[in-house]
Amino acid sequence: MMRLYTAPVSSAARRVEIACRLKGLEFERVLIDLAEEKAAAAGYRQVNPQVKVPSLEDGAVRLTQSLAILEYLEEAYPAVALLPDDAVGRARVRALALVVACEMHPLQNSWVVLYLSQDFGIDATAGDDWQRHWIVAGLEAIEARLVGDAVTGVYCHGDRPTLADCCLAPQVWNALRYAVPMVPYPTTRRVYDACLARPEFAEVLG
Amino acid sequence: MKLYTYFRSSAAYRVRIALNLKGLDREDAYIHLREGAQRSADYLNLNPQGLLPTLVDGEVVAGQSLAILDYLEETYPEPPLLPGDAAGRARVRQLALIVGCDIHPLNNLKVLQYLGRELGLEATERNRWYHHWVNEGFTAIEALLRESAATGEFCHGDVPGLADVCLVPQVYNANRFEVDLAAYPTILRINQACLALDPFAQAAPDVQPDAE
Repeated sequence: MMRLYTAPVSSAARRVEIACRLKGLEFERVLIDLAEEKAAAAGYRQVNPQVKVPSLEDGAVRLTQSLAILEYLEEAYPAVALLPDDAVGRARVRALALVVACEMHPLQNSWVVLYLSQDFGIDATAGDDWQRHWIVAGLEAIEARLVGDAVTGVYCHGDRPTLADCCLAPQVWNALRYAVPMVPYPTTRRVYDACLARPEFAEVLG
Repeated sequence: MKLYTYFRSSAAYRVRIALNLKGLDREDAYIHLREGAQRSADYLNLNPQGLLPTLVDGEVVAGQSLAILDYLEETYPEPPLLPGDAAGRARVRQLALIVGCDIHPLNNLKVLQYLGRELGLEATERNRWYHHWVNEGFTAIEALLRESAATGEFCHGDVPGLADVCLVPQVYNANRFEVDLAAYPTILRINQACLALDPFAQAAPDVQPDAE
Protein backbone atom coordinates (compact mmCIF):
# COMPACT_ATOMS: atom_id res chain seq x y z
CA MET A 1 0.00 0.00 0.00
CA MET A 2 1.22 3.51 -0.74
CA ARG A 3 2.47 5.46 2.23
CA LEU A 4 1.90 9.20 2.44
CA TYR A 5 3.86 11.24 4.94
CA THR A 6 1.92 14.28 5.98
CA ALA A 7 1.73 16.87 8.75
CA PRO A 8 -1.22 18.69 10.27
CA VAL A 9 -2.45 21.60 8.15
CA SER A 10 0.22 21.10 5.50
CA SER A 11 -1.20 22.70 2.40
CA ALA A 12 1.17 20.79 0.12
CA ALA A 13 0.40 17.44 1.75
CA ARG A 14 -3.31 18.13 1.49
CA ARG A 15 -3.01 18.55 -2.29
CA VAL A 16 -1.76 15.00 -2.53
CA GLU A 17 -4.27 13.59 -0.06
CA ILE A 18 -7.13 15.09 -2.03
CA ALA A 19 -5.72 13.72 -5.29
CA CYS A 20 -5.37 10.23 -3.81
CA ARG A 21 -8.96 10.31 -2.65
CA LEU A 22 -10.22 11.59 -5.99
CA LYS A 23 -8.40 8.71 -7.69
CA GLY A 24 -9.81 6.23 -5.19
CA LEU A 25 -6.34 5.21 -4.06
CA GLU A 26 -5.73 3.54 -0.75
CA PHE A 27 -2.82 4.78 1.27
CA GLU A 28 -1.35 4.62 4.71
CA ARG A 29 -1.15 8.04 6.29
CA VAL A 30 1.92 8.72 8.43
CA LEU A 31 1.84 11.88 10.48
CA ILE A 32 5.21 13.59 10.89
CA ASP A 33 6.12 16.10 13.56
CA LEU A 34 8.30 18.35 11.42
CA ALA A 35 9.82 20.27 14.27
CA GLU A 36 10.89 17.10 16.00
CA GLU A 37 12.17 15.57 12.78
CA LYS A 38 14.18 18.60 11.89
CA ALA A 39 16.01 18.25 15.15
CA ALA A 40 16.50 14.52 14.66
CA ALA A 41 19.76 13.27 13.20
CA ALA A 42 18.22 10.85 10.74
CA GLY A 43 14.81 9.21 10.61
CA TYR A 44 12.49 11.08 8.30
CA ARG A 45 15.44 12.85 6.70
CA GLN A 46 16.14 9.55 4.94
CA VAL A 47 12.73 9.75 3.37
CA ASN A 48 12.87 13.46 2.56
CA PRO A 49 16.21 15.31 2.71
CA GLN A 50 14.40 18.62 2.99
CA VAL A 51 12.53 17.29 6.03
CA LYS A 52 9.25 18.47 4.59
CA VAL A 53 5.92 16.97 3.70
CA PRO A 54 4.49 15.43 1.70
CA SER A 55 6.54 12.42 0.77
CA LEU A 56 5.09 9.39 -0.93
CA GLU A 57 6.35 5.84 -1.00
CA ASP A 58 4.81 3.60 -3.64
CA GLY A 59 6.61 0.31 -3.82
CA ALA A 60 10.20 1.08 -4.70
CA VAL A 61 9.39 4.63 -5.77
CA ARG A 62 9.99 7.36 -3.23
CA LEU A 63 8.84 10.85 -4.05
CA THR A 64 8.95 14.31 -2.57
CA GLN A 65 7.62 17.66 -3.81
CA SER A 66 3.84 17.69 -4.04
CA LEU A 67 3.67 18.62 -7.72
CA ALA A 68 6.07 15.81 -8.65
CA ILE A 69 3.88 13.45 -6.65
CA LEU A 70 0.72 14.72 -8.35
CA GLU A 71 2.23 14.19 -11.81
CA TYR A 72 3.42 10.72 -10.76
CA LEU A 73 -0.06 9.78 -9.53
CA GLU A 74 -1.55 11.08 -12.76
CA GLU A 75 0.74 8.85 -14.82
CA ALA A 76 0.67 5.79 -12.56
CA TYR A 77 -3.06 5.82 -11.80
CA PRO A 78 -4.73 7.33 -14.85
CA ALA A 79 -8.23 5.89 -14.31
CA VAL A 80 -9.62 9.02 -12.69
CA ALA A 81 -7.89 11.74 -14.69
CA LEU A 82 -6.99 14.97 -12.94
CA LEU A 83 -5.68 16.60 -16.11
CA PRO A 84 -7.67 17.16 -19.30
CA ASP A 85 -6.56 15.48 -22.52
CA ASP A 86 -5.86 18.57 -24.59
CA ALA A 87 -2.60 20.51 -24.54
CA VAL A 88 -4.27 23.88 -23.99
CA GLY A 89 -6.27 22.50 -21.08
CA ARG A 90 -3.30 20.77 -19.49
CA ALA A 91 -1.25 23.96 -19.68
CA ARG A 92 -4.12 25.90 -18.11
CA VAL A 93 -4.66 23.47 -15.26
CA ARG A 94 -0.94 23.28 -14.53
CA ALA A 95 -0.60 27.06 -14.64
CA LEU A 96 -3.41 27.43 -12.10
CA ALA A 97 -1.79 24.83 -9.85
CA LEU A 98 1.53 26.66 -10.18
CA VAL A 99 0.08 30.01 -9.15
CA VAL A 100 -0.69 28.31 -5.86
CA ALA A 101 2.43 26.16 -5.62
CA CYS A 102 5.02 28.65 -6.87
CA GLU A 103 3.63 32.06 -6.06
CA MET A 104 1.42 31.79 -3.05
CA HIS A 105 2.28 28.90 -0.83
CA PRO A 106 6.10 29.19 -0.86
CA LEU A 107 5.80 32.73 0.44
CA GLN A 108 3.00 32.42 2.96
CA ASN A 109 4.00 29.23 4.67
CA SER A 110 4.89 29.04 8.30
CA TRP A 111 8.64 28.48 8.13
CA VAL A 112 9.09 31.56 5.97
CA VAL A 113 7.18 33.68 8.45
CA LEU A 114 9.21 32.10 11.25
CA TYR A 115 12.44 32.98 9.46
CA LEU A 116 11.29 36.59 9.00
CA SER A 117 10.44 36.79 12.66
CA GLN A 118 13.50 35.04 14.09
CA ASP A 119 16.18 36.37 11.75
CA PHE A 120 14.88 39.80 10.85
CA GLY A 121 12.79 40.70 13.85
CA ILE A 122 9.65 41.13 11.77
CA ASP A 123 6.74 41.41 14.19
CA ALA A 124 3.50 39.44 14.10
CA THR A 125 1.48 42.19 12.39
CA ALA A 126 4.03 42.63 9.64
CA GLY A 127 4.24 38.84 9.33
CA ASP A 128 0.48 38.63 8.89
CA ASP A 129 0.59 41.42 6.31
CA TRP A 130 3.32 39.53 4.46
CA GLN A 131 1.23 36.37 4.31
CA ARG A 132 -1.88 38.17 3.21
CA HIS A 133 0.00 40.13 0.57
CA TRP A 134 1.10 37.00 -1.29
CA ILE A 135 -2.21 35.26 -0.79
CA VAL A 136 -4.12 38.25 -2.16
CA ALA A 137 -1.77 38.61 -5.13
CA GLY A 138 -2.26 34.95 -5.94
CA LEU A 139 -6.03 35.04 -5.50
CA GLU A 140 -6.20 38.01 -7.87
CA ALA A 141 -4.24 36.02 -10.42
CA ILE A 142 -6.43 32.97 -10.03
CA GLU A 143 -9.65 34.96 -10.20
CA ALA A 144 -8.39 36.66 -13.37
CA ARG A 145 -7.69 33.26 -14.93
CA LEU A 146 -11.02 31.76 -13.88
CA VAL A 147 -13.51 34.56 -14.43
CA GLY A 148 -14.93 35.02 -17.89
CA ASP A 149 -13.17 31.93 -19.21
CA ALA A 150 -15.68 29.55 -20.77
CA VAL A 151 -13.55 26.60 -19.74
CA THR A 152 -14.11 27.32 -16.04
CA GLY A 153 -16.92 25.07 -14.98
CA VAL A 154 -18.13 23.79 -11.64
CA TYR A 155 -14.44 23.51 -10.84
CA CYS A 156 -11.36 25.35 -12.08
CA HIS A 157 -11.47 23.55 -15.40
CA GLY A 158 -14.70 21.97 -16.55
CA ASP A 159 -17.04 20.01 -14.39
CA ARG A 160 -14.66 17.54 -12.80
CA PRO A 161 -11.93 18.30 -10.29
CA THR A 162 -8.41 18.61 -11.60
CA LEU A 163 -4.94 19.16 -10.18
CA ALA A 164 -5.79 22.84 -10.09
CA ASP A 165 -8.56 22.23 -7.56
CA CYS A 166 -6.29 19.91 -5.55
CA CYS A 167 -3.89 22.82 -5.14
CA LEU A 168 -6.42 25.63 -4.91
CA ALA A 169 -8.68 24.24 -2.21
CA PRO A 170 -6.01 23.90 0.52
CA GLN A 171 -4.72 27.37 -0.38
CA VAL A 172 -8.17 28.98 -0.08
CA TRP A 173 -8.62 27.12 3.19
CA ASN A 174 -5.42 28.85 4.34
CA ALA A 175 -6.67 32.20 3.06
CA LEU A 176 -9.86 31.84 5.06
CA ARG A 177 -7.89 30.84 8.12
CA TYR A 178 -5.87 34.06 7.80
CA ALA A 179 -9.09 36.05 7.45
CA VAL A 180 -8.41 37.09 3.86
CA PRO A 181 -11.72 38.41 2.53
CA MET A 182 -12.88 36.33 -0.42
CA VAL A 183 -15.49 38.85 -1.61
CA PRO A 184 -13.22 40.13 -4.43
CA TYR A 185 -12.82 36.57 -5.75
CA PRO A 186 -16.34 35.24 -6.30
CA THR A 187 -15.44 32.67 -8.96
CA THR A 188 -12.61 31.31 -6.87
CA ARG A 189 -14.92 31.15 -3.86
CA ARG A 190 -17.59 29.36 -5.87
CA VAL A 191 -15.08 26.77 -7.08
CA TYR A 192 -13.78 26.32 -3.54
CA ASP A 193 -17.28 25.75 -2.19
CA ALA A 194 -17.97 23.22 -4.94
CA CYS A 195 -14.81 21.37 -3.94
CA LEU A 196 -15.74 21.37 -0.26
CA ALA A 197 -19.12 19.86 -1.15
CA ARG A 198 -17.24 16.73 -2.20
CA PRO A 199 -16.11 14.25 0.46
CA GLU A 200 -12.65 13.91 -1.13
CA PHE A 201 -12.00 17.53 -0.23
CA ALA A 202 -14.12 17.82 2.90
CA GLU A 203 -12.48 14.81 4.55
CA VAL A 204 -9.05 16.41 4.12
CA LEU A 205 -9.87 20.05 4.79
CA GLY A 206 -12.32 19.29 7.53
CA MET B 1 6.30 29.92 -31.80
CA LYS B 2 6.92 33.10 -29.86
CA LEU B 3 8.58 33.48 -26.49
CA TYR B 4 8.16 36.59 -24.38
CA THR B 5 11.38 36.86 -22.45
CA TYR B 6 13.68 39.11 -20.48
CA PHE B 7 17.37 38.29 -20.52
CA ARG B 8 17.66 38.02 -16.77
CA SER B 9 14.36 36.34 -15.97
CA SER B 10 15.30 33.02 -14.45
CA ALA B 11 12.03 31.47 -15.52
CA ALA B 12 12.51 32.67 -19.09
CA TYR B 13 16.08 31.33 -19.02
CA ARG B 14 14.70 27.85 -18.22
CA VAL B 15 12.37 27.93 -21.20
CA ARG B 16 15.07 29.28 -23.53
CA ILE B 17 17.27 26.32 -22.58
CA ALA B 18 14.47 23.81 -23.11
CA LEU B 19 13.56 25.28 -26.50
CA ASN B 20 17.21 25.10 -27.53
CA LEU B 21 17.58 21.52 -26.30
CA LYS B 22 14.54 20.52 -28.32
CA GLY B 23 15.82 22.38 -31.36
CA LEU B 24 12.66 24.47 -31.62
CA ASP B 25 12.70 27.62 -33.71
CA ARG B 26 11.00 30.60 -32.22
CA GLU B 27 10.76 34.35 -32.29
CA ASP B 28 11.77 36.10 -29.08
CA ALA B 29 9.88 39.16 -27.92
CA TYR B 30 11.68 41.18 -25.27
CA ILE B 31 9.78 42.49 -22.29
CA HIS B 32 11.84 44.81 -20.14
CA LEU B 33 10.96 43.86 -16.58
CA ARG B 34 12.78 46.66 -14.82
CA GLU B 35 11.07 49.23 -17.02
CA GLY B 36 7.67 47.72 -16.27
CA ALA B 37 6.94 46.61 -19.82
CA GLN B 38 5.16 43.58 -18.41
CA ARG B 39 2.39 45.89 -17.25
CA SER B 40 1.57 47.19 -20.71
CA ALA B 41 -2.01 46.59 -21.83
CA ASP B 42 -0.83 44.42 -24.70
CA TYR B 43 1.22 42.15 -22.51
CA LEU B 44 -1.40 41.91 -19.78
CA ASN B 45 -3.86 40.79 -22.43
CA LEU B 46 -1.57 37.88 -23.08
CA ASN B 47 -0.53 37.18 -19.51
CA PRO B 48 -2.91 38.74 -16.96
CA GLN B 49 -0.36 38.42 -14.18
CA GLY B 50 2.22 40.34 -16.18
CA LEU B 51 4.78 37.63 -15.54
CA LEU B 52 7.47 36.17 -17.72
CA PRO B 53 7.83 34.03 -19.67
CA THR B 54 4.85 33.51 -21.92
CA LEU B 55 4.99 31.06 -24.78
CA VAL B 56 2.63 31.37 -27.71
CA ASP B 57 2.43 28.28 -29.90
CA GLY B 58 -0.57 28.29 -32.20
CA GLU B 59 -3.63 28.46 -29.97
CA VAL B 60 -1.62 27.70 -26.85
CA VAL B 61 -0.75 30.73 -24.75
CA ALA B 62 1.15 29.34 -21.79
CA GLY B 63 2.46 31.08 -18.71
CA GLN B 64 4.29 29.66 -15.69
CA SER B 65 7.64 28.27 -16.83
CA LEU B 66 7.10 24.83 -15.32
CA ALA B 67 3.77 24.47 -17.14
CA ILE B 68 5.49 25.61 -20.34
CA LEU B 69 8.19 22.98 -19.83
CA ASP B 70 5.52 20.29 -19.36
CA TYR B 71 3.74 21.51 -22.50
CA LEU B 72 6.96 21.37 -24.53
CA GLU B 73 7.73 17.89 -23.21
CA GLU B 74 4.32 16.57 -24.20
CA THR B 75 4.05 18.37 -27.53
CA TYR B 76 7.63 18.02 -28.74
CA PRO B 77 8.79 14.81 -27.10
CA GLU B 78 12.16 14.58 -28.90
CA PRO B 79 14.63 14.81 -27.42
CA PRO B 80 12.97 13.98 -24.09
CA LEU B 81 13.83 16.04 -21.02
CA LEU B 82 12.28 13.46 -18.71
CA PRO B 83 13.33 9.80 -18.47
CA GLY B 84 10.92 7.02 -19.34
CA ASP B 85 10.57 5.39 -15.93
CA ALA B 86 8.21 6.63 -13.23
CA ALA B 87 10.85 6.78 -10.51
CA GLY B 88 13.21 8.69 -12.78
CA ARG B 89 10.55 11.16 -13.81
CA ALA B 90 9.64 11.76 -10.19
CA ARG B 91 13.29 12.30 -9.31
CA VAL B 92 13.89 14.80 -12.11
CA ARG B 93 10.70 16.69 -11.25
CA GLN B 94 11.60 16.72 -7.59
CA LEU B 95 14.96 18.34 -8.35
CA ALA B 96 13.38 20.87 -10.71
CA LEU B 97 10.70 21.73 -8.16
CA ILE B 98 13.15 22.37 -5.36
CA VAL B 99 14.41 25.18 -7.57
CA GLY B 100 11.01 26.12 -8.96
CA CYS B 101 8.99 26.13 -5.74
CA ASP B 102 11.42 26.27 -2.83
CA ILE B 103 14.18 28.63 -3.98
CA HIS B 104 13.23 30.89 -6.85
CA PRO B 105 9.81 32.11 -5.65
CA LEU B 106 11.40 33.38 -2.46
CA ASN B 107 14.19 35.21 -4.25
CA ASN B 108 12.60 36.86 -7.20
CA LEU B 109 12.40 40.58 -7.80
CA LYS B 110 8.96 41.30 -6.39
CA VAL B 111 9.83 39.56 -3.13
CA LEU B 112 13.12 41.41 -2.74
CA GLN B 113 11.29 44.65 -3.46
CA TYR B 114 8.70 43.90 -0.78
CA LEU B 115 11.43 43.11 1.72
CA GLY B 116 13.05 46.43 1.00
CA ARG B 117 10.04 48.70 0.58
CA GLU B 118 7.50 47.23 3.01
CA LEU B 119 9.73 45.62 5.62
CA GLY B 120 12.60 48.08 5.40
CA LEU B 121 15.27 45.43 5.00
CA GLU B 122 18.61 46.84 3.91
CA ALA B 123 20.57 45.43 1.00
CA THR B 124 22.80 43.33 3.27
CA GLU B 125 19.72 41.84 4.93
CA ARG B 126 18.07 41.14 1.61
CA ASN B 127 21.25 39.40 0.52
CA ARG B 128 21.21 37.34 3.68
CA TRP B 129 17.61 36.34 2.90
CA TYR B 130 18.63 35.51 -0.65
CA HIS B 131 21.56 33.35 0.42
CA HIS B 132 19.43 31.54 2.99
CA TRP B 133 16.98 30.15 0.47
CA VAL B 134 19.66 29.23 -2.03
CA ASN B 135 21.55 27.39 0.66
CA GLU B 136 18.46 25.60 1.94
CA GLY B 137 17.55 24.42 -1.53
CA PHE B 138 21.05 23.67 -2.77
CA THR B 139 21.86 21.67 0.35
CA ALA B 140 18.94 19.39 -0.45
CA ILE B 141 19.77 19.21 -4.16
CA GLU B 142 23.43 18.48 -3.51
CA ALA B 143 22.49 15.66 -1.14
CA LEU B 144 20.01 14.19 -3.63
CA LEU B 145 22.57 14.37 -6.41
CA ARG B 146 25.49 13.04 -4.43
CA GLU B 147 23.65 10.18 -2.79
CA SER B 148 22.10 8.69 -5.90
CA ALA B 149 23.56 6.38 -8.51
CA ALA B 150 21.08 7.94 -10.92
CA THR B 151 23.20 11.10 -11.10
CA GLY B 152 25.46 11.03 -14.12
CA GLU B 153 27.15 13.73 -16.13
CA PHE B 154 23.95 15.63 -15.54
CA CYS B 155 21.38 15.63 -12.77
CA HIS B 156 19.89 12.40 -14.05
CA GLY B 157 22.00 10.19 -16.26
CA ASP B 158 24.20 11.40 -19.04
CA VAL B 159 21.84 13.60 -21.03
CA PRO B 160 20.52 16.95 -19.84
CA GLY B 161 16.94 17.09 -18.62
CA LEU B 162 14.38 19.19 -16.81
CA ALA B 163 16.35 19.26 -13.60
CA ASP B 164 19.37 20.74 -15.38
CA VAL B 165 17.10 23.18 -17.20
CA CYS B 166 15.97 24.58 -13.84
CA LEU B 167 19.27 24.23 -12.00
CA VAL B 168 21.49 26.20 -14.36
CA PRO B 169 19.50 29.46 -14.16
CA GLN B 170 19.42 29.10 -10.39
CA VAL B 171 23.21 28.74 -10.25
CA TYR B 172 23.50 31.83 -12.44
CA ASN B 173 21.36 33.76 -9.97
CA ALA B 174 23.27 32.42 -7.00
CA ASN B 175 26.51 33.59 -8.56
CA ARG B 176 25.03 36.98 -9.33
CA PHE B 177 24.19 37.36 -5.65
CA GLU B 178 27.62 36.06 -4.66
CA VAL B 179 26.42 32.99 -2.81
CA ASP B 180 29.39 30.83 -1.86
CA LEU B 181 28.76 27.58 -3.71
CA ALA B 182 31.83 25.70 -2.48
CA ALA B 183 29.62 23.33 -0.49
CA TYR B 184 27.86 22.17 -3.66
CA PRO B 185 30.54 20.53 -5.84
CA THR B 186 28.11 18.25 -7.66
CA ILE B 187 25.87 21.16 -8.56
CA LEU B 188 28.91 23.07 -9.82
CA ARG B 189 30.17 20.13 -11.84
CA ILE B 190 26.81 19.63 -13.49
CA ASN B 191 26.44 23.35 -14.12
CA GLN B 192 29.77 23.36 -15.94
CA ALA B 193 28.81 20.31 -17.98
CA CYS B 194 25.60 22.05 -19.04
CA LEU B 195 27.25 25.35 -19.93
CA ALA B 196 29.67 23.48 -22.18
CA LEU B 197 26.68 22.64 -24.38
CA ASP B 198 25.37 25.12 -26.97
CA PRO B 199 21.69 24.87 -25.94
CA PHE B 200 22.61 26.09 -22.46
CA ALA B 201 25.33 28.52 -23.52
CA GLN B 202 23.11 30.19 -26.09
CA ALA B 203 20.32 30.65 -23.57
CA ALA B 204 22.54 32.46 -21.07
CA PRO B 205 21.36 35.91 -20.03
CA ASP B 206 24.55 37.72 -20.95
CA VAL B 207 24.39 36.70 -24.59
CA GLN B 208 20.73 37.53 -25.15
CA PRO B 209 19.98 40.33 -27.62
CA ASP B 210 18.28 42.32 -24.83
CA ALA B 211 21.15 41.88 -22.38
CA GLU B 212 22.38 44.98 -20.61
